[in-house]
Amino acid sequence: MHPAVSVILFTVTSGAGFGAIALIGAGYPLRDHPLAVLLTAMAAGGLAVAGLVASTFHLGHPERAWRAFSQWRSSWLSREGVLAVAALVGFGLHTLARLFTDWPVAGIGWAVSALSLATIFSTAMIYAQLRTVPHWHSALTPAAYLGFGLASGFLLVAAAGNVSALGGVSVALIAMALVVPAWAVKIAWWQRAASATLAARDMTAESATGLGAIGRVRLLERPHSGANYLTREMVHRIGRKHAGKLRVAAIAIGAMLPTLIAALVAWLQLETVFLLAGFVAMMAGLFVERWLFFAEASHSVSLYYD
Amino acid sequence: MAAGLRGSGDRPVETSPHVSDEVRRTTCYMCACRCGINVHLRDGKVRYIEGNRDHPVNRGVLCAKGSAGIMQHYSPARLSKPLLRTGERGSGQFREIEWEEALALAADWLGEVRRRDPKKLAFFTGRDQSQSLTSWWAQQYGTPNYAAHGGFCSVNMAAAGIYTFGGAFWEFGAVDWELTRLFLIFGVAEDHDSNPIKLGLSRLKERGVRTIAVNPVRTGYSAVADEWVAITPGTDGLFVLAIVHELIKAGQVDVDYLLRYTNAAWLVIDDQGAADHGLFARDGDGRPLVLDRTSGKVVAAGEAGVRPHLKGRAVLADGRGAVPVFELLARQYLDPGNSPEATASVTGVSAEQTRRIAAEIARAAFAEEVVIDQPWTDLNGERHDRMIGRPVSFHAMRGISAHSNGFQTCRALHLLQILIGSIDTPGGFRFEPPYPRPIAIQPRPHRKASEPGRPLSGPHLGFPEGPHDLLLEADGATPVRIDKAFSWDAPLAAHGLMHMVIANAHTRDPYGIDVLFLYMANMAWNSSMNTAGVMKMLADKDANGDYLIGKIIYSDAYDSEMVAYADLVLPDTTYLERHDCISLLDRPIGEPDSMADAIRWPVVTPDRDVRAFQSVLLDLGHRLALPGMTAEDGGPRYRDYADYIVRHERRPGIGPLAGWRGANGEKTGRGEPNPDQLSRYIEHGGFFEKAVPAEARYYRHANRAWQEWAVEHGLQERVVDNVFQLYLEPLRKFQLAAEGRIEPSPPPSHRARIARCFTPLPTWYPPFEGGADAGGEYPFHAITQRPAAMYHSWGSQNAWLRQIHGHSPLFVPSAICEAAGLKDDDWAWLTSAHGRIRVQVRRSEAVNAKTMWTWNAIGKRGGAWALAPDAPEVRRGFLLNHIISELLPAKGDGMRWSNSDPITGQAAWFDLRVRIEKAAAPDAVVLPQFAPRQSAVPPAPATVAYGGEWTS
Amino acid sequence: MDVVTSLPAPGQKRLGLVIDLDICVGCHACAVNCKEWNTGGHGAPLADIDAYGARPEGTWLNRIHTFEVTPKDAPAQIVHFPKSCLHCQDAPCVTVCPTGASYKRAEDGIVLVEEDRCIGCGLCAWACPYGAREMDPVARVMKKCTLCIDRIYNEHLPQIDRVPACVRTCPAHARHFGDLGDPDSEVSRKVAARGGYDLMPQAGTRPVNKYLPPRPKTRPDRPAPQLPQAEAGEATGFLGWLDRALERLG
Ligand SMILES: Nc1nc2c(c(=O)[nH]1)N[C@H]1C(S)=C(S)[C@@H](COP(=O)(O)OP(=O)(O)OC[C@H]3O[C@@H](n4cnc5c(=O)[nH]c(N)nc54)[C@H](O)[C@@H]3O)O[C@H]1N2
Ligand SMILES: Nc1nc2c(c(=O)[nH]1)N[C@H]1C(S)=C(S)[C@@H](COP(=O)(O)OP(=O)(O)OC[C@H]3O[C@@H](n4cnc5c(=O)[nH]c(N)nc54)[C@H](O)[C@@H]3O)O[C@H]1N2
Ligand code: SF4
Ligand code: SF4
Ligand code: SF4
Ligand code: SF4
Ligand code: SF4
Ligand SMILES: [Mo]
Repeated sequence: MHPAVSVILFTVTSGAGFGAIALIGAGYPLRDHPLAVLLTAMAAGGLAVAGLVASTFHLGHPERAWRAFSQWRSSWLSREGVLAVAALVGFGLHTLARLFTDWPVAGIGWAVSALSLATIFSTAMIYAQLRTVPHWHSALTPAAYLGFGLASGFLLVAAAGNVSALGGVSVALIAMALVVPAWAVKIAWWQRAASATLAARDMTAESATGLGAIGRVRLLERPHSGANYLTREMVHRIGRKHAGKLRVAAIAIGAMLPTLIAALVAWLQLETVFLLAGFVAMMAGLFVERWLFFAEASHSVSLYYD
Repeated sequence: MAAGLRGSGDRPVETSPHVSDEVRRTTCYMCACRCGINVHLRDGKVRYIEGNRDHPVNRGVLCAKGSAGIMQHYSPARLSKPLLRTGERGSGQFREIEWEEALALAADWLGEVRRRDPKKLAFFTGRDQSQSLTSWWAQQYGTPNYAAHGGFCSVNMAAAGIYTFGGAFWEFGAVDWELTRLFLIFGVAEDHDSNPIKLGLSRLKERGVRTIAVNPVRTGYSAVADEWVAITPGTDGLFVLAIVHELIKAGQVDVDYLLRYTNAAWLVIDDQGAADHGLFARDGDGRPLVLDRTSGKVVAAGEAGVRPHLKGRAVLADGRGAVPVFELLARQYLDPGNSPEATASVTGVSAEQTRRIAAEIARAAFAEEVVIDQPWTDLNGERHDRMIGRPVSFHAMRGISAHSNGFQTCRALHLLQILIGSIDTPGGFRFEPPYPRPIAIQPRPHRKASEPGRPLSGPHLGFPEGPHDLLLEADGATPVRIDKAFSWDAPLAAHGLMHMVIANAHTRDPYGIDVLFLYMANMAWNSSMNTAGVMKMLADKDANGDYLIGKIIYSDAYDSEMVAYADLVLPDTTYLERHDCISLLDRPIGEPDSMADAIRWPVVTPDRDVRAFQSVLLDLGHRLALPGMTAEDGGPRYRDYADYIVRHERRPGIGPLAGWRGANGEKTGRGEPNPDQLSRYIEHGGFFEKAVPAEARYYRHANRAWQEWAVEHGLQERVVDNVFQLYLEPLRKFQLAAEGRIEPSPPPSHRARIARCFTPLPTWYPPFEGGADAGGEYPFHAITQRPAAMYHSWGSQNAWLRQIHGHSPLFVPSAICEAAGLKDDDWAWLTSAHGRIRVQVRRSEAVNAKTMWTWNAIGKRGGAWALAPDAPEVRRGFLLNHIISELLPAKGDGMRWSNSDPITGQAAWFDLRVRIEKAAAPDAVVLPQFAPRQSAVPPAPATVAYGGEWTS
Repeated sequence: MDVVTSLPAPGQKRLGLVIDLDICVGCHACAVNCKEWNTGGHGAPLADIDAYGARPEGTWLNRIHTFEVTPKDAPAQIVHFPKSCLHCQDAPCVTVCPTGASYKRAEDGIVLVEEDRCIGCGLCAWACPYGAREMDPVARVMKKCTLCIDRIYNEHLPQIDRVPACVRTCPAHARHFGDLGDPDSEVSRKVAARGGYDLMPQAGTRPVNKYLPPRPKTRPDRPAPQLPQAEAGEATGFLGWLDRALERLG
């Protein structure tokens, strides 16, 4: 699949943003200063919103994006939109109430948290639902998205969080405990992906054409000599070696670096704000991971074009 | 929302939208198939083009090219004004001029040549459909140098057929799709009859009839055929003769048919050393003789009560011996050298497959004979109460004819058809009116204008019956024509040799040319061999700095590669903007059961300053005061081409169109001009069709009802005997000349090859290029195929079609790829004796193991066709033509032979031999690349979104 | 208006195409005629960008692929393979659509895009296993085969022409249109008789369109039936049969 920048930005940033919102909503202790609360909330919400905005760059008609809220009963993309807006509105209220009232916000917070996780889940389901892309069509996809959202979100809020409540060491340990399993899920995802090929689902040139009964099937000529929307969008190819290196890079930057930073924070008892560096590293790693998520995925359409 | 249905969720869908304001029915022109089309017009623009269901050719269907007519018609490559060259030839630099200036200039150049030496005008036309006009014009002008494109196209097919049985595959006949029981198709990718062939193949499938495709490549028609014969290029003759061998051995021939309709029983003089050895024994009236079985006497063929023998030795009145054709034939083909075993290694077809196909042919022909209960009378007056058919049919085209042994190969195929009795019998191959037209009623070639400024005494092209009909200067050797047609180089060049004109004019062999006048032929590119060489020749200058080819006038509708080499460009209309005439005098569209012709008419008006070339030609004719083109009052005889179509008479009562003749349109074929004729055509969908009476639908070579009907309808002037020529005496006459026994005789240089190739019975000899080199330096064959969705060079300007074929890979058999270390998309050098090109490779397995192929004419020169200079056609499309030479590799005999069939001069495109090596191509472009030339038209738009205006 | 991208309750009528791979010669006529009809019809225009440039591409609702199929022990064969929307019964392209633009009609099963509602997100194209949807580069909405809905019911067209453009134009009659929900329709009978099949059944889409497989090819080594040689090879010499043949003719 074509790794479109807008979609990579969308999934990674909104994942981190909603991860952070989920944590804040669930009551992760923030620094006890209204400005800190506001800034943290803005950072989390901003990431989520930025992701959503990025996703509209991918649309042919962003001005009609509002229409995407209508099909929540059947469409994961629609659900994602509805949930995202609900989560963001809830989060906004939650933040405002927290800053300017003394209403109890825990209830809203939990709801916001649930909505945020549901949003991440829906984002993942946009891809996981597609039987056309066996790499994606797995429960591990939402698991990875949720894991990454929570881990990256955690690094963000933890950096801005109130250390005294939990203690810097435990914060750092929690960070590690989120980052490592998230990547573990991803590694499991990759492992599955290795065997979750089109061929493994019996999606082959033979079954795509129904000509397998005659013999081995191979494309001789594409319908058109040039490219088309389908080939650009779905018949993207990336070399194996190249992919292997990028995976290593993704893990090094997105998993090891944040873990190392968290370990240093714990070991050297550094300010948790240093976790921000871990957040940045993880995001960078996730961009690579997400690029691969698309670039490595084979769509069944490629059976008609390769 | 009028009658619209409502959809799920109450969604409005306009299901009955307005389609068009008007439908105008005319004839398609994206190829020579000439299908009927319904052009839907909306707001004066073309909304949609579909096939005309009533039309005899396409019955409603339409191919990809026809369906892309909108993009062709609105192409940005359309020329819009006459152009006068300002830069060097080839540069593409022009200035726009007015028509008056253009015509005056052309008339000036042409007039001067006509006064001085008319042969210094070479007027050649491409695949136009106005040959009856253009040839007549050239005849009136008085130059011997006229032909259309047939010489590089498929003259072998046409000539072999006409000489053998008075028809030909090409577009002169068709398969009996309704009755045939076995169909063999040789060397066809698309053909001129492309929609009828597809309709026919589909009909065969419906009827459960087997199709066998003989083709080195298994795409298209060969892909759907039930069986594939993966023949090695250039060896079909051998394969066919092996089948003939099997059939004769098994006695599976239609003896009755041979006796009645062929020269199988004619006696051939056997008198070694005599000047008539090998000619037919004839009586005092010139009638051929046969040996009567009853009396044992030699009598004239066709005499009442004669029962001719097919074998044995007759003694002629003068005491010399003579043998029936059939005996010679049987002996020749029974030779073990023709057996399936002996031929297998050359043809690449196993002995088993050849033998089985022979058996299938025999079975279908004789065990499944079809009978129509239709009485008919033959030319001897004998009444037959039924029509008996041998339901095996054949079709063949350029795959067998575009070789230097193509004439004989086509003849071999016709021999096979005739032996089993399947020409114009039910289930076989059928003539399409006006065919059959045997040699007896075909013209001989004409050369002579009595003096400068006078017309030729007859048509340029024709069918020589022997050396005496050649067009040679007084020395008996020098060709009269610039293309050397009807010379010793190509004696039976019935369509001329357009591919040699530029090369010969350039070397002034036999002489130079002052004005080269071309119409609708992209000679600077895909229709020439040695493309780079030809471009150079067109632009070469002599010591004085004058162009070697004096002046070039060219008519094209689009900015093709050739345009850049013209001094004067006469921009033509497109096919939707002009009158055209698809005439029975020219290349007709008849179907076996009907005579038919058609017109094109301006269904939209030109939005540019362009003129229909035919009208321009008539205008020039008048300016030059050519006979027949000036009225009594000194004004033009014809207002324009439309007027000519209606009023011109070739012979009294016979004009370009056969339908609705006579003052009231009540006559067909013959009749005085009808001023209303074109309106009648338009009312009737742009075509005219008249059914052939049931009694006249088969056996037309010998069918009295047909002949009378044909005469009545002006298709021929008299009843004519059409005896199929298994043994072709004219060829024997050339051999006798080569043996020095009759005059004129060829120069010594030509004798051996004439003796070898001009055998009166069909034969096979290896194609010239690489013939002796099998497995040597150039071990492989390289050929082209026409893509169904592209028409030569002119499809590439089409925004839709060029997406389908924007570049051309070379398809190479997997085994060759492996040996050369080639993978898909690798680059490779393809080298022939003439040069090399760098191309991109694609592996294929469905191809003869020694053969590689590509789509024809996809490569383009940068700057042409309103395409971007970096278009894929330029960077990744190529022409095989760059490595096909118009001359054969030097043999050390001091001669450079034309790369053509030695009999007809047919260009031997498919003889090409190559080797292949992996190439580096960091720039990923094909080589050679040519300096892009300036475009003669404004830049094309970036985006096309046709049709939006009607729905938004 | 109640617009949902849930699939309608399966209807009785299932209009679709039956494509006969045994006779498709790969001529692209159907694809070009489809483009020609539709660029001025429902969902017009079908744009082409860089139309005369280095990278031309455009929107097509039907495309012809060419496959090489190699049996184990016979020469490779070629199958030309047209492909357009299969109007699936379980159309994932419909259910994924967030806007309701993509829908399947209850009354005849045709899958359409309501372009004014489409945001051009591309998800339906991702969901389609077959590559039957294309984003128009100019209109930036999703286009797809409409089964020529503006022809098949069009009262301005003569009855005989109320078939899809691709079907009407196919020179080899390789395309057939009809109601595959009706077991007695001509198309259903063709499917039954010829073993018509679904593309990629694993995708779970239950296509309405069906493909008829190429009939088996004759192998070059198929044994030869003996030529009726009864009369040949007899002692009477190499043209012995000829005498008898002539005798029979009298
Ligand atoms: N390698 C290889 N080369 C081949 C062949 C092959 O099989 N292999 N085939 C050969 C054969 S059979 C042929 S027929 C030739 C064909 O080759 P050409 O005869 O050169 O065919 P086109 O490329 O179609 O060029 C015809 C010219 O006519 C112009 N034209 C189109 N429409 C009109 C019109 O309405 N009016 C006018 N005035 N001009 C118009 C086009 O713009 C173009 O410049 O190619 C030959 N070349
Ligand atoms: N779509 C389309 N239609 C066209 C044209 C076009 O350009 N495009 N051009 C028109 C013109 S001008 C012409 S002349 C006709 C020509 O129509 P065709 O005769 O069909 O011409 P080609 O495409 O050259 O096809 C030649 C076929 O012969 C095969 N072949 C090559 N060598 C051999 C051989 O030695 N033996 C056998 N058995 N087969 C061989 C090739 O593989 C190929 O399939 O088509 C006309 N129709
Ligand atoms: S075959 Fe195609 S291009 Fe040729 S005349 Fe017919 S519709 Fe036109
Ligand atoms: S028009 Fe018919 S034969 Fe041609 S590609 Fe389409 S389905 Fe095949
Ligand atoms: S073929 Fe693709 S676009 Fe058509 S209905 Fe099926 S899934 Fe949808
Ligand atoms: S591209 Fe349009 S039709 Fe397709 S899913 Fe998105 S909104 Fe729906
Ligand atoms: S049914 Fe209509 S829209 Fe669909 S492929 Fe055929 S012509 Fe195109
Ligand atoms: Mo041709």
